[in-house]
Amino acid sequence: MISGASTFVEGVNDAFLFIMGVSFFFLIGITVTIIIFLVRYNSKKNPKPTQVKDSVGLEITWTIIPLILVMGMFYYGYVGWIPMKRPPDEGLVVTANARMWSFSFRYENGRVSDKLYVPKDTAVIINLNALDVLHSFYIPAFRIKEDMVPGLANNRTWFEATKTGTYNIFCAEYCGLQHSYMISEVVVMEPEEFWEWYEDPDAMVEEIPDDADPVVLGRQIVERQGCVACHSLDGTTVVGPTFKGRFGETITVITDGEEREVVYDEEYVRRSIYDPDYDITVGFRAGQMLSYEGEISEQEIEFIVEFLKSLNE
Amino acid sequence: MSESTKSNHESFLEYKGKYRGILGWILSTDHKRIGLLYLYTMLVFFSVAAILGLLMKIQLIAPGHTIMGPATYNAMFTMHGIIMIFIIVVPGLPAVFGNFFLPLMIGAKDVAFPKLNLASWWIYVIGILIVLTSQFMGDGPPDTGWTFYAPYSFQTPANIVPALVGAFVLGFSSILTGINFVVTIHRLRAPGMKWLKMPLFPWTLYATAWIQILATPVIGITLLLTVMERTLGVGIFDPALGGDPILYQHLFWIYSHPAVYIMILPGMGVISEILPVFSRKRIYGYKAIVLSSLAIAFVGYFVWGHHMFTSGMSGRALFAFSFLTFLVAIPSAIKVFNWVATMYKGSLIFQTPFFWAVSFVFVFMIGGFSGLTLGSLATNVHLHDTHFVVAHFHFIVFGGTGFSFLAALHYWFPKMFGRMFDASWANMGWLIFFAGFLALYLPMFYLGIMGMPRRYYDYLPEFHGANILSSLGAILMIGGALIIIVNLVRSSRYGEKTNDKNPWGGKTLEWQADTPPTLENWEDIPEVTEKPYEYK
Repeated sequence: MISGASTFVEGVNDAFLFIMGVSFFFLIGITVTIIIFLVRYNSKKNPKPTQVKDSVGLEITWTIIPLILVMGMFYYGYVGWIPMKRPPDEGLVVTANARMWSFSFRYENGRVSDKLYVPKDTAVIINLNALDVLHSFYIPAFRIKEDMVPGLANNRTWFEATKTGTYNIFCAEYCGLQHSYMISEVVVMEPEEFWEWYEDPDAMVEEIPDDADPVVLGRQIVERQGCVACHSLDGTTVVGPTFKGRFGETITVITDGEEREVVYDEEYVRRSIYDPDYDITVGFRAGQMLSYEGEISEQEIEFIVEFLKSLNE
Repeated sequence: MSESTKSNHESFLEYKGKYRGILGWILSTDHKRIGLLYLYTMLVFFSVAAILGLLMKIQLIAPGHTIMGPATYNAMFTMHGIIMIFIIVVPGLPAVFGNFFLPLMIGAKDVAFPKLNLASWWIYVIGILIVLTSQFMGDGPPDTGWTFYAPYSFQTPANIVPALVGAFVLGFSSILTGINFVVTIHRLRAPGMKWLKMPLFPWTLYATAWIQILATPVIGITLLLTVMERTLGVGIFDPALGGDPILYQHLFWIYSHPAVYIMILPGMGVISEILPVFSRKRIYGYKAIVLSSLAIAFVGYFVWGHHMFTSGMSGRALFAFSFLTFLVAIPSAIKVFNWVATMYKGSLIFQTPFFWAVSFVFVFMIGGFSGLTLGSLATNVHLHDTHFVVAHFHFIVFGGTGFSFLAALHYWFPKMFGRMFDASWANMGWLIFFAGFLALYLPMFYLGIMGMPRRYYDYLPEFHGANILSSLGAILMIGGALIIIVNLVRSSRYGEKTNDKNPWGGKTLEWQADTPPTLENWEDIPEVTEKPYEYK
């Protein structure tokens, strides 16, 4: 945690060490004083107390000295924080979208990724969006955190990574059932490597060789999009109905308040992804899932369908 | 009044009024009986919430699912917070010891409005019952955390409305108690008790009462708006309806930050009572302690924004809130210096209340110093919403308020029950509790610095080690709490009887009243000529 992974680390650590240094000095000093008093003035050793007069001078002293010290703390904290609040004009701009319970990152050229890939030694400016409830974008190694507020699209944060490597991204604001699983990673790459990744127009498609198993691809999509946070693969009920053993079955749903039977087919899967509240499986609640239109493509839905079929076996 | 004259020599525990049995308690307007009613109610709910906390710590002893699923865990930390904050620590010391000892310490027969006082307890109980319905009715217990942040609190299907309404009702109990205490202190001080001859516990109750009166309505309005939004769809906080979720946070913390001082100020008062008595010394810096209490109550209104440093507020607002937060640290520091100075050249008597008071000073310092790290902008951004914050506020609210509550309970126990507690069990309970407390919360500072967010049902393997220690600490601490509670409950019934008016050698007025006190406390209202704590 001490070694600097971003340009902010030093300023934050300086403030931290100053505050902790002063705190430990006083904590230890006062505790030792108390212990000395306990030993020296306990009633066995010192049966007769000596009354001491109040001293205005002493009261002023121990008001002024802490006041100066906390102003020092305030100053260090302010100086360490100012650069976080002032993103540079130029840099790589990424839009981070948070929903229960996953992050996705959209680059200016349209690339979308579930992990945040960034170049080393480059300013990265992150626009923070929340699609449903409050989330908070937290990279401990970089010392940054900023809330993602629905309806308030102008929250931003930025950083400049100084070491290649992979670091955790946590959601720090409690956001419901699977809050503690809302984790992603930031991957810091050498700039050349990053720009290669960034500019490769077929990058997304490239991961899908012609002979790739659609079942495997479907599983990757389902995991990447965070579907499994709510829809289990093993038949248990989490937030929404399980994916296991459902495809091809006739199920009972509520549509516009009316109960009806539908077949769990490709059309049903597409509708459930793009318009989740249209059909609600009996026993579950509407309003729990947002549309994935624009997030999951028609082609990807085909892979998901193959994956769902495989769960019947 | 005829009722009181004939029973004036009977202790308040035994006198027979208009009603008999339990009715004689729950319909009594005697401030001492009402104080005990609060105490028993809190004991029950503290036990429930402490067990919830223990179960949460057991869940966190290892990564993954250990004893419960995430839905249960989230409901548990929500209920732990709601009970501990709204039912225990906010009313806490004022409701129990304020009610019992404020009139005794200022030489009054009762509080200014005894019937209103009883009504406060009833409102309190009704509020609790409403909160509890949220657990057993509707679509599952609340899972929002005690902060009810928008818009999650509008989207979750859980049964939020009763919890909000219950907290709203509990607020009224708090406001009415505050009004009662302010009037009591202004109007009912014994002859000769000038403002600066009043003991420090009543002083802190006075500062607290003003916060209760002035700040609680804000949370009341906020909770009510939230209920309206959930039931009627009025768009105030929910962005889906055109509202602003940050506005909710402002309104919530405008109350809930001063509320922290509602919790801790009376605790500081208790410590200021106990340390002089067990040091046989005049309190050092009486005026400084009074002034710093009032300063805390005042500046405490203007620092709420430090709960929201990462919410996207303007840089200027952050600058101001951070600056004011550092200022509010000063009065607390002054108090610590004065407490330590009180012990200087004293004749320290090592008994249970003194152990609690000294350990309070220690844990309160850790809580305060960790607060500095959170008040500083650069470090707050990293530590906000991590386990560091959880450790910090448990050191303040549990270490501060909890330790001072237990200090007060042991200190005033003989006066309240006319019996002595078993000192060796009490001291052992204290030692185990203290050790468990440190083992439970110190590792959380480390976890927060390493980046582990709060309200986490599960965590990455790198956080495992410190979590094991913390969970074991929780088990140890609950063991200590069990010893303390069993010892006190047992002693209140079977402890050695005492009619000694002043077992600890205190100088304040309550030690001149009978043990246990009679119905209206005094045959003749005492007259005050000296300052409190005038040891020779």
